[in-house]
Amino acid sequence: MAVTDKFVSLEGIAKRYPAPGGATTSIFENLWLAMNRGEFTCVIGHSGCGKTTVLNILAGLDTPSDGAVIVDNLAIEGPSLDRAVIFQGHSLLPWRTVMGNVAYAVSSKWRRWNAAQVRAQSQKFIDLVGLTGAEHKRPSELSGGMKQRVGIARALSIQPKMMLMDEPFSALDALTRGTLQDEVRRICQETGQTTFMITHDVDEAIYLADRIVLMTNGPGAVLAEIVENPLPRDRARIDIHKHPLYYAVRNHIIDFLVMRSRTFVGVTPGFDPRHVPVVRPGFAEPTVAAASITDPSPSLPGLTRQSIA
Amino acid sequence: MTRSLPIRAAIVSVAILFTFLMAWHIATRGTGTVAQMDPEYAKLMGLTATQGKSAMPGPIDVGAKLWEHIRQPFYDKGPNDKGVGIQLAYSIARVAIGYLLAVAVAIPIGFLIGMSPLMSRALDPFIQVLKPISPLAWMPLALYTIKDSGLSAIFVIFICSLWPMMINTAFGVASVRKEWLNVARTLEVGTLRRAFTVILPAAAPTIVTGMRISIGIAWLVIVAAEMLVGGTGIGYFVWNEWNNLSITNVINAILLIGLVGMALDQILARAARAVTFPE
Ligand SMILES: Nc1ncnc2c1ncn2[C@@H]1O[C@H](COP(=O)(O)OP(=O)(O)OP(=O)(O)O)[C@@H](O)[C@H]1O
Ligand SMILES: [Mg+2]
Repeated sequence: MAVTDKFVSLEGIAKRYPAPGGATTSIFENLWLAMNRGEFTCVIGHSGCGKTTVLNILAGLDTPSDGAVIVDNLAIEGPSLDRAVIFQGHSLLPWRTVMGNVAYAVSSKWRRWNAAQVRAQSQKFIDLVGLTGAEHKRPSELSGGMKQRVGIARALSIQPKMMLMDEPFSALDALTRGTLQDEVRRICQETGQTTFMITHDVDEAIYLADRIVLMTNGPGAVLAEIVENPLPRDRARIDIHKHPLYYAVRNHIIDFLVMRSRTFVGVTPGFDPRHVPVVRPGFAEPTVAAASITDPSPSLPGLTRQSIA
Repeated sequence: MTRSLPIRAAIVSVAILFTFLMAWHIATRGTGTVAQMDPEYAKLMGLTATQGKSAMPGPIDVGAKLWEHIRQPFYDKGPNDKGVGIQLAYSIARVAIGYLLAVAVAIPIGFLIGMSPLMSRALDPFIQVLKPISPLAWMPLALYTIKDSGLSAIFVIFICSLWPMMINTAFGVASVRKEWLNVARTLEVGTLRRAFTVILPAAAPTIVTGMRISIGIAWLVIVAAEMLVGGTGIGYFVWNEWNNLSITNVINAILLIGLVGMALDQILARAARAVTFPE
């Protein structure tokens, strides 16, 4: 990958909170991560490790205690309409209708637009997420999945350069989740969105992401590995699990979550956070899980490793 | 009994009212001739002495007087004899002016306190000291500086309506959900637009609750204030009728004060329903 493709990068960010007794708790220290234009990055890690914090820093809603976020070669100084956020809770404004919520975003982006233009643009994205006919409902009258779709429509309607999604599908039933995953994937590919998504769902990450970032448990969390998705880009949700490499990736990630996320920092003394190892699982799939349980060292058989420059 | 709850409640309410009116009537009616006396002397003494009738008017006297008031609410026969409608109108107008002034001051200041932790801390000691002062304690100072009894009463209404609204607004504004503010921030919404499109609707239920508390207090205070300053208003009317020893009118006024207070509260309750949003 060429350095010039780099669109967003986290450069040595840290987040610390004061702890009782004058000490400080460090949620994470010295995180480095680069994302290319049009790339779909998923972050997986255990609850409380700091994923939302990273996302909020990327969004500009939170400031890092150290380090910087560079977007388009400029350090960010706060939230921007170029980076749309889909929040962990849907955070719709409850006193506005579906149309009102989307229109609020649209009219914030294009302040000179008249009501008809705002309405047309909002309607387009309400239709896109399949909520046609529910425009005049209030969030309290919607199901969880519908609320989430309004959140997605709101984020997409401002045509951002980057989408930041915090567990957007976690509150949904399997069927709705599948449909929305398809939609989000299609939209992101069509619009060439750069996407950063947090998830707890390994299958979702494999289906959607080009790269899956594995985060260790906090406090003092690190980005342990970047798993490059070996599945073809035109994968389909229904038969993705039949791909010969699918279980290699899946096992590798689950193995990390179950075994290595707790111990990673301790057993990897020479870890360089600036050069997070990039892993492409899948050359000897059945051995991956078994090998790593007995030997959590970075040099696993069946994995090729490279480093991002 | 399969009648709906509201109907059953209404039946009980009517029964309670009827029982109360009956008890009142029995307690205050005359007991017949209690003392033989010279008819001339009896005329002088009145029914209280001759018929054992209580000095307290019964419900029928009060009802008759109320009917008189309702038929002729707005007559004006000089400073000491005005229709009860005129007196109520004076009181309502004073409350309205003082209250609306308080709204205009309290809500912006409440916003400022709620949005700025600095102003919140800086203004807190003043509010803490000023809030517990009885509004009537301001009256002499108001009379001395404003030199007008009507305006002084309005000032007292203003000052007593101020605090609940200011404190509720500040609280409502400060406790707007962070996620909603974050929505506005990611959309790069400016401070003023954010105040009107996110904070105001989110805090509106709390603000209106404060306004409802304030209108209740204002209506309590206006009666006392008008008793002090005199001249016009339902408070003055009560005091004047006490001086006339017309307990019938005093009871009527009490009833009307209650009804108007209820109406004011209902208006704000309706406003509260209009701005409340289900989550
Ligand atoms: N204001 C705060 N003060 C102290 N600690 C905080 C504060 N906010 C967050 N934290 C801590 O930061 C850590 C990371 O929180 P974060 O919300 O980023 O977790 P997460 O990875 O998104 O978890 P989840 O998967 O459950 O959403 C948590 O351990 C939390 O306790
Ligand atoms: Mg989170």
